[in-house]
Parts: sequence; structure tokens; C-alpha cells
Amino acid sequence: MSAAGGGPRLVVRDLRAAVAGREVLAGIDLEVGAGEIHALMGPNGSGKSTLSNVLMGKPGYEVLGGSVTLDGVDLLALPTWQRARHGLFLASQYPVEVPGVGLDQTLGAALSGLGRPALAPGDLTAEAARVGLGVALLERAVNVDLSGGERKRSETLQLAVLRPSVAVLDELDSGLDVDGLRAVARRVRQAVDEWGLSVLAITHYRRLLTELPPDAIHVLVGGRIVRSGGPELSEELERTGYGPDTPVPLSETG
Amino acid sequence: MPAESEEIWRYSGIDDFELARFAPVGTGGAPATRSGSLLDALASARATADRIGPRSLLVVTLDGSVVAIEAGAGAVEGLSVSVASPTLAGAPDQAATSPGSLLDAGEWVEEALGSVAGVDDAFGALHDTFLADVVALHLVSGADVADPVVVAHLVDPAPVGGLGPSAFPRTVVRLGAGARGTVVELTVSWPGDGMSAGEGSAPGALVVPVTELDVADGAYLAYANVQVLDLASTQIALQASRVARDGELRSFAVVAGGRYARLRTDAAAVGTGAHSALLAAFLGVEDQVLDFRTRQEHIAAHTTSELLFKGAVADTARSVYSGLIQIRPGARKTSAVQTNHNLVLSEGARADSVPNLDIEENDVRCSHASTVGPVDEEQRYYLESRGIEPPVAERLVVAGFFADLAARCPVPGVGRWLQEIAGERLTASRLVGSGADRG
Repeated sequence: MSAAGGGPRLVVRDLRAAVAGREVLAGIDLEVGAGEIHALMGPNGSGKSTLSNVLMGKPGYEVLGGSVTLDGVDLLALPTWQRARHGLFLASQYPVEVPGVGLDQTLGAALSGLGRPALAPGDLTAEAARVGLGVALLERAVNVDLSGGERKRSETLQLAVLRPSVAVLDELDSGLDVDGLRAVARRVRQAVDEWGLSVLAITHYRRLLTELPPDAIHVLVGGRIVRSGGPELSEELERTGYGPDTPVPLSETG
Repeated sequence: MPAESEEIWRYSGIDDFELARFAPVGTGGAPATRSGSLLDALASARATADRIGPRSLLVVTLDGSVVAIEAGAGAVEGLSVSVASPTLAGAPDQAATSPGSLLDAGEWVEEALGSVAGVDDAFGALHDTFLADVVALHLVSGADVADPVVVAHLVDPAPVGGLGPSAFPRTVVRLGAGARGTVVELTVSWPGDGMSAGEGSAPGALVVPVTELDVADGAYLAYANVQVLDLASTQIALQASRVARDGELRSFAVVAGGRYARLRTDAAAVGTGAHSALLAAFLGVEDQVLDFRTRQEHIAAHTTSELLFKGAVADTARSVYSGLIQIRPGARKTSAVQTNHNLVLSEGARADSVPNLDIEENDVRCSHASTVGPVDEEQRYYLESRGIEPPVAERLVVAGFFADLAARCPVPGVGRWLQEIAGERLTASRLVGSGADRG
């Protein structure tokens, strides 16, 4: 499942977007190759979640310019459901409750839409076990009455079942305890190994990056990527914060 | 006739109602059918009742007259049924009784009739004038009947002298102290193929059912009512209940049929510690008008009621919900909740929701909430972000809206049936479609 021609799989060029008339993304450039893990860090309000929502096509976000391609396909021209079918996955920061619609039912409909066979019950429970999600929750309505941590485990389970080519993880670590973080990070790492998943992980914390070592780290400030570097960048950010305009130490943001 | 200018008929379209378009179906004497054979009717009633699962008893009425009573597989110890024809005899029939018979002499019926549902409007008076048989169910003190008692009301839509037929089913349920039981009423057009519109120009039937539920001290009644009349019918229904000290009523209504279908739900908590849970689901398509009027009346202290009515309208269908919480003087420490959620699935559809509070006591907790709107965009987006195309996502959310309610149905078989009805209507894709080509 490598990208066509071996080039970068997800390519974001000069992406600008607005929410409620206010420009939040002021020209994002980003390339994520097949099987790569990229981390996106930055202070609150820098546009991290906006980027994830614009990539997925959430209503209410207005693209002002630029392009996004996944394996050469123009994502911005597609509705959300087709972006997902082209291999994009978003693990939402705040997964929404869908009353009366079971998680197993949702995954069944999603797999059917992808033209893939339904999962055998045993496979689903095995995947649930890998992320530490109680089997009883599989038949329950999506995210309803689930704790923050359970929701993140559920998001990870969905990722594992749907096998996207690119996963955007919007603060997958929030709401999870140490064991939960370890379990979901391990599952994502395994996905990278198993089918060459590309990952864009949005986070405030090094903790996730310890469990999910990135190939590259990008710092988003004011709607632009102001720095990019290797894994060593996270240590520096820990010491210095995001820069002179944002003196809050990384460990205190959140 | 009432007028739409009266608050309790607001939005109902009652001003267009013409009583002269309907005629009573001749009753008296042996039950007769106007369409098909009695055996066909019974087979149809059984098949419909089978959707609920095992039952302890099946009572079948046709156009308001009892045509069959048959025991099911379940135990019925402590349950009795009597059939009374008050307008014909002036007093309940002396139903034949024998030791161990389900039929009782029904002496209690005369006293019970009208004790829960008082006549206070023109349709009540009409009902009392034309009602044929009273189906009276009695669970004696301490009885515990596990499987539902099913009362299937068949209404033949065939015109009577060019006019719409009319039927006035009456059901009285009385639970003695500490009794536990389940009663399900079904109202269905027969013959017919489900909820079709019937004959194009047929006037349609007028159905005016009255149900009285009397729950004594410490008794528990699970009650469900499924209305799947054809889409030419007019229904004006009253369900009235009275719950005594520490008694509990859990009721669940499914309203899917009728061109105009009104359900008035009156629930009175008359004894300390009484509890009522009043749930309803409705699905309107084409030009249906579904009209709900509820009253949670708290007379005794320390009583609770919890009402949740959820529905969806599509095409040019309309729904009206108007609810009143009434706290009488002395009903201290009561708690009443009233919730109405409406999905409006197309531009031509409309839902009105009017909550009201009338509180004559200080130390109470009352709340009401209502929503009217399209399918939740966040929920649909979440499903779409998993690669589910918009029409399927919308269907899932709407089905989930009803599944969520069905899971709380006190009669599991009726909850499943609700989901089937929702599924059938969704598959016919009349309920959804506006989102089909949405980006």
C-alpha cells in the first residue's frame, strides 16, 4: 500500500481556511509519506484542530485556498464520506455520541461502504482487546455514556478495523490514562508496521510521542507551520516553549 | 364539535373535520364482517399479535365489537376478561362463567367504566354513544401474568353507504393491589396491506378508541399501544390512567398510521409514591397529521412522572405535541419531567411543540424540554467521516433516534416492532432523501 511512485502520500500546500469568517489556517505546507509518523504541536488556538477538521471536510470550515491531496487525489473536491473512502481517517478530539447507533453497526456500514466484507465477531472482539475496549461496548451506541478514555480506545479500534492509509489523530492522548495511552499508541504503531499507515498526530504532550515515536515534528503557531524537525525537536520545545510569542512552557499547555 | 381556536385543538386541523362523512357500523347481535371472513380476520389478528412474541391472551375486536377471545401459551392465573355491551343492555352482559374460566361475570365493569376516563369533549360523548363492546381486563390482587395480554382492534375501512365507517373500541384495564401484568393494544386496518393509503378516494375509517388504565396500590402495569391504521384513517384516541399509592405504570405508544391521528394521554398520580413513565414514538409521512396532547396530573405527594415523546416527520407530514404538567395543591415533593424531541426530515414537513406547566404547589421539581429540527449534523458528520454515504448515515441516525427509545420500551416485542416500522419507512426512503446529494 505504498504511495504511487513512492512520493509523499498526504500533501498539503498553502492551505488557508476560515472559521466563522476568521482566517485560522494561514498557509499550511505539509507532506507525510507512506508509513511515516508526523507530530503536529503548537499552542492552544494555533489551528491544530482546525487543520484536522478541514482535512476531513467538517461543515462550518471554509477553505480559502491551497490544496490537499491523498495519493494524488484532490481531497478538497470530495465530500467527507468520499475522503474517508479514499483512505483518510480522523480520530476526533471529542468523539460525538450517536444515540441508538451501535459501534458494530457503524463499523458494518463503513466496511460495507468500502466494499469490504463484514468483520467476523471474533475479529472485532480481538481488535477491541488490543486497545483495551470492553467487549460489551461493541454493541452499545457509539460513544454514548463512554468515558473520555473509552472514546479514544473506540476511535483507535475503528481505525484498526477500517485500515485507512492516513490517520489524523486529534489529541488521541487526551482523556486517556497511562495504560490507555500505551495501548492505543501501540495499536497505531502496529498499524504503521502492518499496512504502512501514515500518521499525523496532533498533541500537546511528549508523552504520546514517547509511545509513538515520530519521524518528524511540526510546530504550528498562528495558523502556520513555523518549525519542522526531527524527534529531537520535542525535547527542545519542552525546554523553551513554542517561541517568543508563546512563552508558555509546553508542559503547562493543554 | 370542538374548534381549532380552542387551545387543546390548536394546530390540529379539526376545523376541517366533518363528522357527517362517517357512519356507524351496525352492531348488535352476532359479530359479522363486511369484508372477508371472520376466520381471515382472526388469522390476521393472530399474525399481527405474533409480532410481539408470546402472549397470555388474545382479544380481537372488529369495528369495536369483540369477535374472539383466545388463550395463549402463557399462564393466566389471576387474569380475567369480560365483555360488556353497556349501550345495548344498559348493564354489562352476564358473560358465561365457569370455574377456571377466563371470563368473569363483569359486575365490576359497570362501576369501573368511565371512572378513569371522564367524558369531557364531543369525541368522548360520541364514543360513549356508539361504543359496541367494552373489553375489560382484570388482574386480581397479587396476580403476576408474565406474557402480554394482547387486544387487537381491527377496523374495516370499507365504506358504509358511501360514508367512512366508524369504530369506538373501549378497553378497561384494572390491576388489583400488588398485581403485575402487561397489556398491549393494537389498532390496525383490516383487510389491508399494512399502512398503505388504501383506496384512492375512499373516505377512510374514523376510529375513536378509549382506554382506561387503573393501577392499584403497589401494582405494576406495562402497557403498549401500537397504531398502524392505513393512511386514509382518522383516529382520535384517549388513553387515561390512574396510578394509586406506590403503583407504577410504564406506557409506550407507537403511532404510525392515520391521515389524522390524535392521541390524548392523561396520566393521573393519585396515590403517594405513584410513578408513571409515558413514552411514545411517532413517524409521519406523506400528508399525515399526528397530534399528541398529554397531561401529567399530580394529585398526591411524592409522586413522579417521566414523559418522553419522540417522533419524525417527512414529506409534508406534520406533528403537534402539546403537553401539560399539572401539580395540584398538596402534591408536594413531586417530580415531573416532560420531553419532546422532533426530527423534521424534509422542507415540507413541520413539527410544533408546546409545553405547559400549571403548578399549584411549591415544593416540586418540574422540567420540560423540547427540540424541533433536522437530523443532528454532528452525528451525521461523524458517521460520514467513517466513509458512510450521507443517505445511509442519515438513515442510521434516524433509526438510532427510534432505537434509543425502543430500548426503553416496557414490552420488548413492541420495541422491536417500532424498529421494524422505522426501518421499513426508512428503507422506502420517504423519511430521508433530502441529504442524499448533500456534499
